[in-house]
Amino acid sequence: MTAMVFAAEQVRGVLEGAPQPDAVAARQMQALSLAVHIPLVCFGIAFPAMFLFVEGLYLRTGDPVYKALAKRWSKVALIIFATGVVTGTILSFEFGLLWPDFMATFGEVFGVAFGLEGISFFLEAIFIAIYVYGWDRLPRRAHILTGVPIIITGATGSAFVISVNGWMNDPQGFEVVNGQVVDPVPFSALLNGHVAHELVHMYLAGYLVTGFLLAAYYARRWLKGNHSRYTRTALVVPLTFAALAAPIQVVVGDWAGRKVAENQPVKLAAFEGVYRTEEGAAFHIGGFYDSGRNEVRFGIKIPYLLSILAHHNPTAEVIGLESVPPEDRPPVNIVRTAFQTMIAIGTFLAALGVFFIFIWLRKRRLPASKWFFRALLVAGPLSVVALISGWITTEVGRQPWIVYRFMRTEDAVTSASNLEIAYVALVAVYVLLFGSVIWLLRRLAARPPEAELEHHG
Amino acid sequence: MAEICAALVILGVTAYAVFGSADFGAGFWDLTAGGAERGGRMRGMIQRSMSPVWEANHVWLIFVLVMVWTAFPVAFGSLMSTLSIPLFLAALGVIFRGMAFALRGQAATINEARVLGAVFALSSVLIPFFFGAAIGGVASGRVPVGNAAGDLIDSWLNPTSIAIGVVAILTGAHLAAVFLTGDAKRADLPDMVAAFRKRAIGSGIAAGAVALVSLFVVRSDARDLYDGLTSGDGLVAVLGSALFGLLTIVLVAVGRYGPARFAAAAAVGAMTIGWALAQDPYILPGALTLDDAAASDTTLTALVVSVGLGMLVLVPSLWWLYRLVLRGTLDQEYEPLDQRFRPVDS
Repeated sequence: MTAMVFAAEQVRGVLEGAPQPDAVAARQMQALSLAVHIPLVCFGIAFPAMFLFVEGLYLRTGDPVYKALAKRWSKVALIIFATGVVTGTILSFEFGLLWPDFMATFGEVFGVAFGLEGISFFLEAIFIAIYVYGWDRLPRRAHILTGVPIIITGATGSAFVISVNGWMNDPQGFEVVNGQVVDPVPFSALLNGHVAHELVHMYLAGYLVTGFLLAAYYARRWLKGNHSRYTRTALVVPLTFAALAAPIQVVVGDWAGRKVAENQPVKLAAFEGVYRTEEGAAFHIGGFYDSGRNEVRFGIKIPYLLSILAHHNPTAEVIGLESVPPEDRPPVNIVRTAFQTMIAIGTFLAALGVFFIFIWLRKRRLPASKWFFRALLVAGPLSVVALISGWITTEVGRQPWIVYRFMRTEDAVTSASNLEIAYVALVAVYVLLFGSVIWLLRRLAARPPEAELEHHG
Repeated sequence: MAEICAALVILGVTAYAVFGSADFGAGFWDLTAGGAERGGRMRGMIQRSMSPVWEANHVWLIFVLVMVWTAFPVAFGSLMSTLSIPLFLAALGVIFRGMAFALRGQAATINEARVLGAVFALSSVLIPFFFGAAIGGVASGRVPVGNAAGDLIDSWLNPTSIAIGVVAILTGAHLAAVFLTGDAKRADLPDMVAAFRKRAIGSGIAAGAVALVSLFVVRSDARDLYDGLTSGDGLVAVLGSALFGLLTIVLVAVGRYGPARFAAAAAVGAMTIGWALAQDPYILPGALTLDDAAASDTTLTALVVSVGLGMLVLVPSLWWLYRLVLRGTLDQEYEPLDQRFRPVDS
């Protein structure tokens, strides 16, 4: 089991650029761009299902409140989609601009996934345009049907991207001969051992983030005294989606953790700051990893729990960081803090979701306490924090590898200079971008919902 | 297989050069439309025409990137690293442009609209220039194989790059004017038809003239490229492009705006095909041939099959979108951009 960690033969990059031990600027840029893009992806995954659900209510009941809400949301979705188009473009540029040797060496192995993703994305762009601009112009049934491809392509598009990420964590579908990548089998790369759990985990995260962010927004209106049917629907629909997803996410998270324990034991060791390989490993809540003493300090220790979580067996062996040389270990505290943050927030969201469903089923109404709505206000932003923490956990946890056990991140980075300038420019642009998007959404929100029902030309 | 993939890349580049640069060209006319009041009608027309399609038009760029990195990974890594500066600037431009265009639709005052419009229009002019400059760097053989192995500045700031960059701007402007003339006719706005018709003809002549001049620039700067463009298949494509360009101008002049759309697109298509033929068999002239750059056959087959299957869904969908647009089903109410900010009764 321990020996497996050393099994792979490292790959020489085909471009053979000067190795750059300092890939920090490139990594920061990539991380920033992903952190900006991923929350938008969540909306792409989950939002179409929500506004189509509301439009379905409208078609069934004929109630204009539902129509106004679905129409308004579809406009929001278009704005978010447009933002996602540009941030996604930046990402595809960055793959080449920042990691030319990664692309040159492995592009032929995983590239087909992006080809399929590109097509999904294309279809999404087409149908979201037809859907949003087709309100009141297409027949009602045809209109709701044009929304279905948006749901499907939102799902397939992110599925292909996640399959590439799964592949970076569990590379397969190629051979290495004398340090060169040969015999790529693209579809085998696509169907790697990590794609299933990463996919389900990310999908549910999409519903959680979209649901809780929307719920937070409308909870704020509710607290301000706006209890109209419009606000109530706009609060209950996304909240229900999120509340149903949250408890399932706990189970899926457990599945993902066991997969990591199986395939990337060093990453799991970093999650928990486990230095020595041991049986019956304990789980620590909080505290920090002291790399001098090689242990977690000031945390609350729960005996056997890590072995139970990782292998569903209290005495199972958990492999520690010591199993690999120091240069092959990820930065433990970043990974561990992100991991614990994700777990803590996930637990809170699941509890909030279960509470809401319980009250709803028992009393068929929203919880009455103001504290519930205040909790929703916090849950929205927290769900984004959990999302980003989750990605930090898996991405930083994979370090120092860009392709796990085959290529080091520092060997993939560009030899072009002056990345710092580009980094500063990118930060400024993102700040501007998000400032504008928020401004745009507020401008949209300032218009009364009834405005959506006026007919033009 | 490598040839099929190269053909798909050229198809993507052509589509982006037609649809994407028409959007950029619209930005060019937005920039030059004049003061808020005088240009208001024109800007309103541009806003209305572009809204439903600009995202779909833009996706071609991503299609090209993905195709190149999968089918020709070494070429992709080499050119992205050497041409990192123009490509990064183009990427930033993409952000600014998308953002500013989307925002302007919601602007509440003429001043907001003015600032956002300026950003939208300026980046619309800069993006095609940087893309054109990057193409010039590749075509003139300034991108060697390796991680940022070429000159980071000279690879895109050279006579060929500048010439192609300027041609890219003018071509986009011409395409946009042709398309907008047709849209204005559909919207029943005779003054807009006249305005864009004038611009379509003028920019068509300018684009043709500059293309001719740049041929001489290429002759002194990148002889191999020039020879490729002026002999054999390359020459046929160049002449085809010139012919379609002339045809477009004639069709616009006689008021046949529908067929003019296709002629203009064909002119641009012939130009990109000519570029590909001129540097055949190289993908990075002087450094890397198409066959050497190609990924393994398994990957290429997988890619062609996937993209082919995808196209079965994509092409009808795209066709439907453009049909809805061209029939006016998705048309929004026309509103001059400056008028939105005036009280209704004035």
